[in-house]
Amino acid sequence: MHFLFEPGLLASGPVRTALLVGGIVAVASGVIGVFTVIRSQSFAGHSLADVATTGGSGAFLVGLNQFWGFLAAGIAAAGLMEAIGVQRRRGRDVATGVVLGAALGAAALFLYLGTQQTSTTGASFTILFGSMFVISPDTVPALIASGAVAVLAVAVLARVLLLTSLSPDLARARGVNVRLVGMAYLIALAISVSLSAVAIGAVLSTALLIGPAATALRLTKSPVRAMAASALSGVAATWLGIVLAYDSDDWPPHGHGWPVSFFVVVLVVAGYLLTYVRRPRRLAPRSPHEGAECSPA
Amino acid sequence: MSQETAQHKTEQADLLKLEGIGVRLGGRLVLSDVTFGIRKGEFTGLIGPNGAGKTTLLRVILGLQEPSGGQVLIDGEPRQAHHNSSIGYVPQKLVIDPDMPLRARDVVSLGLDGHRLGFGFPSSRRRELIDMALRDVGAEKFADARVGELSGGEQQRVLIAHALISRPRMLLLDEPLANLDLKSEQEIVALLGKLARDNEISVLLSAHDMNPLLSVMDRIVYVANGHVATGSTDEVVTSEGLTRLYGHHVDVVRVHNRVLVVAGE
Repeated sequence: MHFLFEPGLLASGPVRTALLVGGIVAVASGVIGVFTVIRSQSFAGHSLADVATTGGSGAFLVGLNQFWGFLAAGIAAAGLMEAIGVQRRRGRDVATGVVLGAALGAAALFLYLGTQQTSTTGASFTILFGSMFVISPDTVPALIASGAVAVLAVAVLARVLLLTSLSPDLARARGVNVRLVGMAYLIALAISVSLSAVAIGAVLSTALLIGPAATALRLTKSPVRAMAASALSGVAATWLGIVLAYDSDDWPPHGHGWPVSFFVVVLVVAGYLLTYVRRPRRLAPRSPHEGAECSPA
Repeated sequence: MSQETAQHKTEQADLLKLEGIGVRLGGRLVLSDVTFGIRKGEFTGLIGPNGAGKTTLLRVILGLQEPSGGQVLIDGEPRQAHHNSSIGYVPQKLVIDPDMPLRARDVVSLGLDGHRLGFGFPSSRRRELIDMALRDVGAEKFADARVGELSGGEQQRVLIAHALISRPRMLLLDEPLANLDLKSEQEIVALLGKLARDNEISVLLSAHDMNPLLSVMDRIVYVANGHVATGSTDEVVTSEGLTRLYGHHVDVVRVHNRVLVVAGE
């Protein structure tokens, strides 16, 4: 196993922090991602991540930890997206696009000012693409707590979210406040996106949110199993990515490890593509009536 | 239905009553002065052409659409939130993605407590209830298949089990026969007729074609032109009656126990 696990891997402080935080982020993204996919909110998830960039770069500029910037911007954007309204698809698309443009413009300014201040590009790289090896140990408790809050919130909402995805009217007829549930879910999503922005970067956080969930939805058919499979495959990709990034110190160019986010994202995508290698579960026609069309006339 | 049971039912109070309901959508009055009642264990067809307001009426009863006038009474008292559990609902054809992680039994399980917060821990009692509901609608064969991969008729059965597992007194179905092949259509109608009889559940089913329902319908509520006419099929579906309702000449033609409503000259 030495070829994979370089000696000293677990003795390294940053690696231990990365494994811990990466694991938590992967579980939160995996569980919440299942609902993002079935609610068709991948775009919302990505928008929240983009807006989080603004918060993260702003926080860096004023000397705060980026996580708080990600979180504040993410939750504010979630509120704004909800306030803009869910009634009209087109209105929502246009408004999200406009808000997104403004947020990214501000992010460009903040990142530029940030590089002027410190004359390095390291900060912008960390905000955009993350690095689990530079997570400050001081923020670890806050990261764990946020992840736990988001996962718990979605677990408590799970049944209502499933009923709403089946049919919003069915949920409303049973007295569910669909709008309030949607808002609560969007806030949990913002927390999860902020966490993965810390771990693999704001730009790449969507990969960890959608990839494992999409993989799990191809392999499982019940909600509990989908959440479990999504969390597990996310953790597997994250941990393996950390190990590979640690090993890559010895790869060319020497002395510089490859970005851990790169490995995580590649593994997530590879896992998803692997599900296509597997034979589709159901090749037979769905019902006798459909089957009749295929039989020779 | 025999004379006596019909007599008995008229003496009974209405389980559901709509009184002078009017509905305005986007400033336009789409329904006005709609009044009818539904009794316990009765099968009522809500019939009318597409766009007549059948779905809107069901939404008013479900509390999803605020009427501009009139009131909905359940057991003689104005409808309130606590009546939600008395009404089972099967919405119009749902589009369910094949990758939706819900098996037929998960959908039925959501009928028990899908509207509540918290965790639903599995128990043998729960499993029994779900199995029973699936058996009642003949869905046990595909209980563990993903609901998005089922045929239209199979999905209808699962949604009916979802609506019935919480033991409502009334079942509202919005165009459950649309897009079904003939065989599934007959099976679903027979199933609903049996459920209404055996469990004394009042069924209110909307359809644009009344013919598949003629054998099970106790009463008809015919919606057209913003108004309703109600009574037995023979009373309501006549050339004179429907001409009055539509506001223009309509011919009712009966062939081989089937009814055709056609625009007149």
